[in-house]
Amino acid sequence: MARYFAIFKNGLWNENPIFKLIIGLCPTLAVTNTVVNGFAMGMATGFVLISSEIVISLIKKFIPNDVRIPSFILIIVTFVTFTDYFLGAFFPEIADALALFIPLIVVNCLILGRQEAFASRNPTRRAIFDAVGMTVGFTWVLVVLSAIRELFGFGTLAGVDIFGAGYTNMIIMILPGGAFLTLGVLVGVLNLLDRKVGSDNG
Amino acid sequence: MDNLQYLLLLFISTVLINNFVLIQFLGICPFLGVSRHVETAFSMGLAATFVMTMTAFATYFINTFILVALNLEFLRYMSFIIVIASLVQFVEMFIKKVSPVLYKALGIYLPLITTNCAIMGMALLIPMNDYNFIESIIFGFGAGVGFTLAIVLIAGLREEAQYGDVPRDLQGMPITLILAGLMALAFMGFAGLAMV
Repeated sequence: MARYFAIFKNGLWNENPIFKLIIGLCPTLAVTNTVVNGFAMGMATGFVLISSEIVISLIKKFIPNDVRIPSFILIIVTFVTFTDYFLGAFFPEIADALALFIPLIVVNCLILGRQEAFASRNPTRRAIFDAVGMTVGFTWVLVVLSAIRELFGFGTLAGVDIFGAGYTNMIIMILPGGAFLTLGVLVGVLNLLDRKVGSDNG
Repeated sequence: MDNLQYLLLLFISTVLINNFVLIQFLGICPFLGVSRHVETAFSMGLAATFVMTMTAFATYFINTFILVALNLEFLRYMSFIIVIASLVQFVEMFIKKVSPVLYKALGIYLPLITTNCAIMGMALLIPMNDYNFIESIIFGFGAGVGFTLAIVLIAGLREEAQYGDVPRDLQGMPITLILAGLMALAFMGFAGLAMV
């Protein structure tokens, strides 16, 4: 069990997709203007990641090595189409807010990267732990980033007013420039934490 | 004449006002990954522009005459990604045969383009915006030029930043993101130019 937990924990910090592996940044920057959007994006990506890691780790023996990348993409795109229609039917506001970035989960290097690096080489149970760990790791950075941007940009947190009526919104946090700046500073702070705290455990 | 003016506006708007990388967040991975040197960044931009124009051309026909005509829109993502992947493969073989010099210059950047979300995003934006054939081609080409502009500019800044006194934890990706943020702010100034 401890072994599985180690795989899970890997995605949270040591191999965090955003600030360690530096992949999947397009949705990270684009949809993190509110906490709800950031969380929804994390969940949608996570669903596709977990489902495709399960399927690919199950059928990996039947996929010829030469055509594995196209096969992975076809499996991923099936789940992405499903997610897109599901969100459109049950959560239309979220589907509107995320818009283009739901179909773009297909080309999120995080998903294809994990299939290539993990699911195609490991048994299903390990792949599930890897996928869940990566999902949580991806989602927590998205939520932290979107919390910072929403708090300063709108003065709210997940729609709840924090600073009261007198607060002047910092428009820059909502604009594209603010996304780059916030993520840059956030990754810098996480690197600092990693160097100070992370080096103790190994 | 009106039409020509509109197409020119569409081009400018795609390159500058709605820059794919800095305003719409498409193609961030190559933007951060392949922007260490100006020359390689330019090669990457060139390859992407080429594939984007071809993709705009191909996906327009597939979308209009196959997917919409036969009510198969739910296959859109699947067919687009297959088109892009095979187009990249085809372009690679074609360039290798016709111009070995260019092939050498683009090298490993060609296959990387398949997972460039700017291309898939561009292909999906065409049906979303209801562009006609000419508009699609201009949009695809403009998107590529905008991508090239952004990636070459950031590569130039990064080459300079190497000599700067950057705090240890901000080196590498964080400082690049901050530079990109400042560039995005500058690009917002173009918003006043025109709107399509």
